[in-house]
Amino acid sequence: MKETILKVKNLAVSYTTYRGKVRSVRGLSFKLKKGETLALVGESGCGKSASVKPIMGEHEANQVIESGEITFTYDGPQGEETVDLLKIDDEKMQQEIKGKQIAMIFQDPMTSLDPTMKIGKQIAEAIKTSSSDLSSEELTDKVRELIDMVGIGHIDTVMNQYPHQLSGGMRQRIVIAIALSSDPSLLICDEPTTALDVTIQARILNLIKKLQRERGLSVIFITHNLGVVANVADRVNVMYAGKIIETGSSEDIFFDPRHPYTWGLLSAVPDVHDNEEKLPTINGTIPDLTKEIVGDAFAPRNPYALEIDFKEEPPMFSVNEHHEAATWLLDERAPKIEMPELLQQRIMRMRGEVYD
Amino acid sequence: MKKYILKRILIAIATLFLITFILFLMEKAMPGSPFNDEKMTHEQVQALYAKYGLDKPVLVQFWNYIKNMMMGDFGVSYSLQVNTPVTQIIAQHFPVSLTIGLLATVVGAICGFVMGIVAALKHNTMIDSLMTGISVLGVSLPNFVVALILSIIFSFQLYLLPAVYSADRPFISIILPIIALSTFTMASAERYARSEMIEIMHSDYIRLADSKGISRRQLVLKHVVRNTLISVITVLAPLMIDLIAGSMVVEKAFAIPGLGTTYISAIQANDYNVVLGITFFYAILFIGIMLFVDILYGIIDPRVRLDKG
Repeated sequence: MKETILKVKNLAVSYTTYRGKVRSVRGLSFKLKKGETLALVGESGCGKSASVKPIMGEHEANQVIESGEITFTYDGPQGEETVDLLKIDDEKMQQEIKGKQIAMIFQDPMTSLDPTMKIGKQIAEAIKTSSSDLSSEELTDKVRELIDMVGIGHIDTVMNQYPHQLSGGMRQRIVIAIALSSDPSLLICDEPTTALDVTIQARILNLIKKLQRERGLSVIFITHNLGVVANVADRVNVMYAGKIIETGSSEDIFFDPRHPYTWGLLSAVPDVHDNEEKLPTINGTIPDLTKEIVGDAFAPRNPYALEIDFKEEPPMFSVNEHHEAATWLLDERAPKIEMPELLQQRIMRMRGEVYD
Repeated sequence: MKKYILKRILIAIATLFLITFILFLMEKAMPGSPFNDEKMTHEQVQALYAKYGLDKPVLVQFWNYIKNMMMGDFGVSYSLQVNTPVTQIIAQHFPVSLTIGLLATVVGAICGFVMGIVAALKHNTMIDSLMTGISVLGVSLPNFVVALILSIIFSFQLYLLPAVYSADRPFISIILPIIALSTFTMASAERYARSEMIEIMHSDYIRLADSKGISRRQLVLKHVVRNTLISVITVLAPLMIDLIAGSMVVEKAFAIPGLGTTYISAIQANDYNVVLGITFFYAILFIGIMLFVDILYGIIDPRVRLDKG
């Protein structure tokens, strides 16, 4: 049994806006084990990024943490420590955790490096936060080592270049080098490949996977791209309107999805084998999170919605020991409803491909 | 880079030619004459016109002017300082204007920049509102009004600083003009630095730098301030020219014998060559500073730095 390094319990985050309070995250709970990759999946605006910002200690002026606990276990200067990241003081966060224990890779590599600082210096800056006693030669060596680790050749040229002189893929590699410079135990990837073109995407994903295996990193992967999820994740949390509506291993989610929202997401992935002319989509848009939500947040868009979906919020029903979904369809009194046929066929094909 | 600078210089020459031509025509179209001594007879005035070549057709005059200008001869003054070369008049009066203008730019830019950074760091607090209030005042009050207010308070009420320039005490007597001139620069720099910095603080690269776990002081100094500075420098250039050229009224208010005062007197006296010469000089200054700032901007911001060669 691997140890749990991060435990988020009943996290609720809102943002105060002119329109009112937006409840972006409404009671989120999940666990992350050492060496595990967890994917947070969902549409834009479902609270994926809002739920990891508190983990990174990012406060925004209008951000309000309504409730919750984020317990993080790490090897600190005084041995193993467990802290609540929501209660920890800023200084400790900055000195012991940010960059050293938890690192982050951002969505857009084009804007996430300081345009006026040389690459080498930006990496060195990250190294210095954890090991400040390095001589300048040792520091340079470490920078070179990191650039080499993320698979960039001509190291000396790159070190003395500015971000605008590198391509998007190269920049994302540099961001990864910066993130891993202090040997963190948790890496948060906020849509790290969304802004890159497809061929580069695969390479960056492979790089992250490789480094994760080598270093035993725990990774939280935020994405709306299910292809990416299938590629990297051990466990998948499907989020909708600030809540996890289905959680399970990658196999659970891809081969045996139970929530109608997950069905919708999976059906909406284009597939060359489909003869359908039209790509299935999920009708409607995410609910207005400034208003109180009664019943299941997904009900208005759910073609399989039951009457109770509009009245009472479904609890998490257990499918197997590692697979849960919040839909009344799993209640024993519910009518038997199967996933759409198109999706069934697809899953059959995928299973075939996987097990062949 | 060379090609770029060459192109800019060619455009500059064309601009200068056009400015001179238009101004030349406008001067001749203005009523009055440079020779206004009532004791002079009509014949004497005509003789002066002939002496300076002002009796010829306008285009011929212009041609002669351009020809002489190419040789570095900008003509002589007709009435302000009779027969003194214009170049000498400029050389005489410019240093004071330059000193005041540069000092005002430096003082205004530094004060404004610091105020803007403080305001951005204390975003949405009383300090922020105070800084913003000061800068709104600074932008909306014309500098000659500030000049008058300053001289009322510090010269006529408190007797601390002189109200008019005196060559014996140049340092003390330029303090008030510098403050008066720098308010607009300060206010503009403050507003600009503040909004730029707030934007930069929310940018992705600051999030990334913060996620490295560096101290807040380092984050602000190394990443935020540096990037803010680059943007502020771009707005400073036009402001600097405003100060050197736009100091006319303030110079007049404090009776400073600078180029601005001379310019106004020359216009009032129809001293054609002096007006043309000073305008030409200001235009060169303007174009030169703009070019200089573009190059400077390239040195500071690697993104616009062009390849060598």
